[in-house]
Amino acid sequence: MRMALLIALLASSSLAQAKMIHVGPGGNAQEKLQTALIEAQPGDTVHIAAGRYALADGLSLDVDGVTVKGDGPDKTILDFTAQKVAGEGLLITSDNVVVRDLGIENAAGNGVKSKGSDGIALVNLRVEWTGGPKSTNGAYGLYPVSSKNVLIDRSVVKGASDAGIYVGQSQNIIVRGSRAEMNVAGIEIENSYDADVVGNTATNNAGGILVFDLPDLPQQGGRNVKLTNNQVIANNHVNFAAPGNIVAGVPSGTGIMVMANARVMVENNHVMGNNGSAVMIVAYTQAFTDKAYNPLPRDVSVAGNHFMDNGKAPAFKGGKEIAAAVGGTLPPVLWDGVTHYAVPGGGGEKVAEGGINSDAPGISLNLGLQGTPATQAKPAPMQANLVVSTRPAIVLPAALEARAK
Amino acid sequence: MRRIGAALLLLGAAPAPGVRSDLLMATDAPKLADYGLFDAAGRPAPGVQPYTLNTPLFSDHAEKFRFAWLPPGTKAHYRASGALAFPVGTVLVKRFAFPADLRRPTKKLRAIETRLLIHRPAGWVALSFVEQDGGAVLKRAGVKVPVEFIDKAGRAQAIDYAVPNQNQCKTCHQDGEAITPIGPTAGNLNGSLHGTGPNQLMTWATSGRLAGLPADGWPRLARWDNAAEPLNARARAYLAVNCAHCHSRGGFASNSGLYLVPEEVTPAHLGVLKRPVAAGRGSGGHEFSILPGQPDKSILLHRMTSSEPGIMMPQFGRALAHEEGNALIRKWIAAMPDPADSAPAAAAAP
Repeated sequence: MRMALLIALLASSSLAQAKMIHVGPGGNAQEKLQTALIEAQPGDTVHIAAGRYALADGLSLDVDGVTVKGDGPDKTILDFTAQKVAGEGLLITSDNVVVRDLGIENAAGNGVKSKGSDGIALVNLRVEWTGGPKSTNGAYGLYPVSSKNVLIDRSVVKGASDAGIYVGQSQNIIVRGSRAEMNVAGIEIENSYDADVVGNTATNNAGGILVFDLPDLPQQGGRNVKLTNNQVIANNHVNFAAPGNIVAGVPSGTGIMVMANARVMVENNHVMGNNGSAVMIVAYTQAFTDKAYNPLPRDVSVAGNHFMDNGKAPAFKGGKEIAAAVGGTLPPVLWDGVTHYAVPGGGGEKVAEGGINSDAPGISLNLGLQGTPATQAKPAPMQANLVVSTRPAIVLPAALEARAK
Repeated sequence: MRRIGAALLLLGAAPAPGVRSDLLMATDAPKLADYGLFDAAGRPAPGVQPYTLNTPLFSDHAEKFRFAWLPPGTKAHYRASGALAFPVGTVLVKRFAFPADLRRPTKKLRAIETRLLIHRPAGWVALSFVEQDGGAVLKRAGVKVPVEFIDKAGRAQAIDYAVPNQNQCKTCHQDGEAITPIGPTAGNLNGSLHGTGPNQLMTWATSGRLAGLPADGWPRLARWDNAAEPLNARARAYLAVNCAHCHSRGGFASNSGLYLVPEEVTPAHLGVLKRPVAAGRGSGGHEFSILPGQPDKSILLHRMTSSEPGIMMPQFGRALAHEEGNALIRKWIAAMPDPADSAPAAAAAP
């Protein structure tokens, strides 16, 4: 009986065939595209043919299991230059969605956002603000948030006024083979768990790759993030973020920055030509009232990276003086040396569980207590210590990977 | 009676006037008229009851007319927070119209759209019907409608009024994975219909449409525009209605950490000295959602006064800034005690 039911189910699912919905340029692009995205059924592909689509409103997809596919990031172009409404170009709120082979230009807010998706793959996309880097550009290029099983693959983001590729409050993440340039932050993993950032290029941003955790959010305690085989090159762009945002505090010239996370592995990257710190490891610097928040970086390992030509002209306050004290050039790793913090509301003091290890030369500012101003720094060399992680690579659902090939 | 109706149907005669709950439950009708909620003159069918809210959502000054229809013999159940628990079969109706002149809001009304929230067995469904020649038709993908009117200051306004698409309906009406009504909470219904006469909660309870209404202790959302009510209550009501559908723990903006529901008490979650997370250029260069005493340095007000996508809040549902609402929030932030004594320590940049 059960077998009969199973066969019936299989038969019916193959009968309800996935279909291809074609949309071409011309006519009312907004209504055609949005209608296709609303009428798609699970399993369907919405194919957007080559051409430029002028859009005055955001697009959104709320159907599970849909693939949205263009003819290539320079061929099918969603042009939001005249966008009047919505906070993003394309918004995805459903599960198991693949968006691929598209260009997204000049979104008023974020380029592509997923909120609450389980299974989201953004593949071979180009998100670009074509007027170059400006503080009036949208915040994030590719922006999965509160999502699970996230893949960003072979995509390019240019000109975002916050982070080019930003994964926030998410879990089980791979960012690979992608390129971020001329953004404030190239790639940022924030308040997220279990991420691999592998084989990407971050260049000519103010900061290359950031791993952050912030208080007062539904998901915090960022952890288990591995950065490997990335090219982090000449991230010396002026920081053009609107003040107030956390990335506005990222010093121009930063290669990799780790803030308030646990178990971060920085291995086998090529970090070159960044004028400030190749790798900066810090605690959250602001006061906070969230009792559940841990502002410390802990259990961070830097190993096997190729560092070259970094630290020549640190832009952050006191950077020049520190560099001068060690012969004019900062060593690859700069740690603020914050090791403990006061739990808000008189909850006592807590100490970092797990240390900061680097096989490359580094300096600690030895600030000690979180919130101690940098003016009280007592810079001293860190002892080199090689710690290599053995944690396996992040694995995404095979079906999602297959659709993203 | 029912038998006679069925007989008439079989004979191909026009169906008896009234709400077609069978269609409402089963199909997304192409025309609003198919559902029988209103007659040809726009009068509500029997059982389609008007209600009003103490504080409504701002929608570019549209006049909104709200109705609820519950299947005969069913009741909504009282809940102290969130929308009342409406039974399956319920239809909530909101009709949008613009007067030619906002100073005469009941004259020369131009109907624009009618939104339905239908409680089907699998959950709530949101549909919008847009007025066209020959009646209101279903539009899933949204549409822009050019609208002109004279505002309260006597200025001519011309906007592209945006009828939301189906996904945008859900963005606002979302609670976790489900769609939920927003407006008819106990607190927001706790007042008179159109501001006069008996309390609506009482009317609903005595007419058998609301069960479980406690004898007292009902929450009440203030009227945002009633200067006789406390400033804090008015501002919190305004934020609850205009922002909290997304800015709640189950809402679209849950990841922001900014929660503006009436029940929220944590200052940081209300935005007080809260730093932005993903605001981008929406921060306007300000450091905090709310800097007490400093409305012009508060991101919250900055985004409410903007009409630029990527900055403006709410992200859709308006093309104009709501000057009166913004004035209220400005006054509220200005009246907050200055936090100078408890300001966060200076940033310890590395």
